[in-house]
Amino acid sequence: MSNDQRKFLHSLWDMSSSLKLTMFLLIALAVLSIIGTIIPQGPPPQEYIAQISPNKLKLYQLMGFFDMYHSWWFILMLYLLTVNLVACSFKRLPHVWKTITRPEKTLSTGLEQALANHVTIKATGDQELMKTMVAAFLKEEFAEPVVTEINGDWHLFAQKAPWCRLSVYFVHLSIIIIFIGAMIGSLFGFKGFVNIVEGEGVSKVVSNSNKEIDLGFGVFCEQFSVAHYPSGAPKEFKSILTVVENGRPVPGYEHVRVIVNDPLTYKGITFYQSSYGNTGNYFFTISNPDGKNSVPLTVHGQSSVNLPDGSSMHVIEATDDISQYVQGLSGPAAQVEIHPPNGASEQFLVYANHPELNIRHAQQHGKGPVLDYKGAEQRMYTGLQVARDPGVWVVWLGCALMVAGIFAAFFMSHRRIWVRIQNGTVTIGGNASKNQAGFQVFFDQLADRLKTKFSGEVR
Amino acid sequence: MTSSLLFNITTFGYLISMLLFFAFLASRVKALGTAGIITAYGGLVAQSTAIILRWKESYDLGVGHAPLSNLYESVIFFSWTIVLIYALLDLKYRYRVIGAFVMPFALLGMAWAQLGLDSGIEPLVPALQSNWLLYHVVTCFLGYAAFAVACGISIMYLIKAGHEGDQNKNSNGIIAMFPPIRVLDDLNYRAIMVGFPLLTLGIITGAAWANYAWGTYWSWDPKETWSLIVWFVYAAFLHARFTRGWVGKKAAWLSIIGFGATIFCYLGVNLFLSGLHSYGGSR
Repeated sequence: MSNDQRKFLHSLWDMSSSLKLTMFLLIALAVLSIIGTIIPQGPPPQEYIAQISPNKLKLYQLMGFFDMYHSWWFILMLYLLTVNLVACSFKRLPHVWKTITRPEKTLSTGLEQALANHVTIKATGDQELMKTMVAAFLKEEFAEPVVTEINGDWHLFAQKAPWCRLSVYFVHLSIIIIFIGAMIGSLFGFKGFVNIVEGEGVSKVVSNSNKEIDLGFGVFCEQFSVAHYPSGAPKEFKSILTVVENGRPVPGYEHVRVIVNDPLTYKGITFYQSSYGNTGNYFFTISNPDGKNSVPLTVHGQSSVNLPDGSSMHVIEATDDISQYVQGLSGPAAQVEIHPPNGASEQFLVYANHPELNIRHAQQHGKGPVLDYKGAEQRMYTGLQVARDPGVWVVWLGCALMVAGIFAAFFMSHRRIWVRIQNGTVTIGGNASKNQAGFQVFFDQLADRLKTKFSGEVR
Repeated sequence: MTSSLLFNITTFGYLISMLLFFAFLASRVKALGTAGIITAYGGLVAQSTAIILRWKESYDLGVGHAPLSNLYESVIFFSWTIVLIYALLDLKYRYRVIGAFVMPFALLGMAWAQLGLDSGIEPLVPALQSNWLLYHVVTCFLGYAAFAVACGISIMYLIKAGHEGDQNKNSNGIIAMFPPIRVLDDLNYRAIMVGFPLLTLGIITGAAWANYAWGTYWSWDPKETWSLIVWFVYAAFLHARFTRGWVGKKAAWLSIIGFGATIFCYLGVNLFLSGLHSYGGSR
């Protein structure tokens, strides 16, 4: 490796492990995240496109603003943050690790001067006896000490919660774990949506990325209902679902109640109550142009039905009361579309209370049969969010680690106490990684108690 | 005694407390500071009673739920958490004068709720019928409240730091009452040290609830994104302490900006943006 290359790598490492980069990334992420809360995410609706200029639209699309949390630059920033926190951790970890695993066990004069808290007590007597007493004292009041003898001087070292110095690295690790969980979810899981009509079932759902996904089992909707409070506000959206596998209902998964905030999970796939609607049968009669030979005709929901003359028909929309759309008319009506075997399709209204209008329409269009509308039945469908996310437990693990790590990092402190017994003096020193003020109070009390102990016993 | 009357008493109590703190600041008479904190404690007790009472009243109406379901109830609860966090800070550190910068936030919340918001007890819509509501709202608002207290302390820090070089000591009698800037910096950090884990818990409980109710723990909904923005700002604040050039005034500004983002996350998102948290009521 040439000198230049080494220099380059060195400065690259310095940059990626710098806290200045951390500050920059955190603030940049905070500021840039605002964009996606102002510009609608997902394919922009027509009204929005009409609002903004074509150039702006082009710019937004180019920058990925309509899906900004998945845009290359946002993902890049998340990667940089990951690199940064890994590099920062690796840079600082060896020193911290040494502090934990190979602590300074003797109280040198240099260390004594560096400590914020230190007290020297005059004490005469047998040094070894004093050592035993201080060791018992530390064990009783703080933690069991490590005792070292150097040239007839005794050094005692005791500490509490040294590992809490690692907690901040666990917080950093937890962020990476959450990212891994999110990646597992997006690689091996799916999110989708399905509508199931009462009395019907599905075995496939469409994912949000428009892929058809085979569930490997069937889900039937027995019933859907909405309950209201007396005020009219919705109280409960309820689907009764049954899971069917190999043509048989699965025991324990029959007639399961699914409401908002109470989903159904089977084989890792979960169904969430999300929306609902009505898709009933539409009833018509079809007769000769003179009004005779009336035969009932049922159109199932959104599907098409074949008419005797070879054309097909489906219902676009129906209402119980046409008067709100067409003045002077009343009663139920359906808007239908007819596709003749050859020729252009046409849309028209079929009425329940106005047979003369239905006949007139048939006459105007030549030989066609006469349609009369007889109404529709209420048939609800339930809209279910469907999801499988094998990464979610990894995310929760990361979250748990993060919370534990943050609590340990903020509220736990590595506290150390050194004692040196030398030439008729006992010197006690100490420090803490957090909460210096609190430690000072603790240290002063400890030193005072040691002092009284000596004045009581050595005299 | 109804909860509504007690909430009015609370609002009045917080007003008196704030005025006593202002008088304490201006006169430096210690008894006024003591009276201010005692009134604040009294208000806190009245408000706690009122919240419990409103909880009970909702059961009497047959729509029983924790009083955390709409804007009125959340503003009341926010105000309660601010006074609670301030009371804990006071019990531990006893810097009375901070009350003059924290009580206005609590009073503002109570006054807005009592005068401008619909206080009717409504039944819970299906989306909110979950125990997660309690965990999520309580953790979030305790976090928000700690940030409110930190913001008040940061404002004091900036005022004090602005007068630091002032040679004419007589002109800043009020500022002389403030704790030293080193202490204010430390208290700011401590308040955020309480708020940050709570916000983290609030975001996680929200994600857990979203995953439980919709199957997605994170969907970049504006509310979620703004809570993450707040989290980023305070994460930056926490790292600022170890970064040269970012301590002191800049850190205080970060704390104030963080609280601004918090308030936007809480209210602005509902008022100006659309999303899943519907209690703003305007959409």
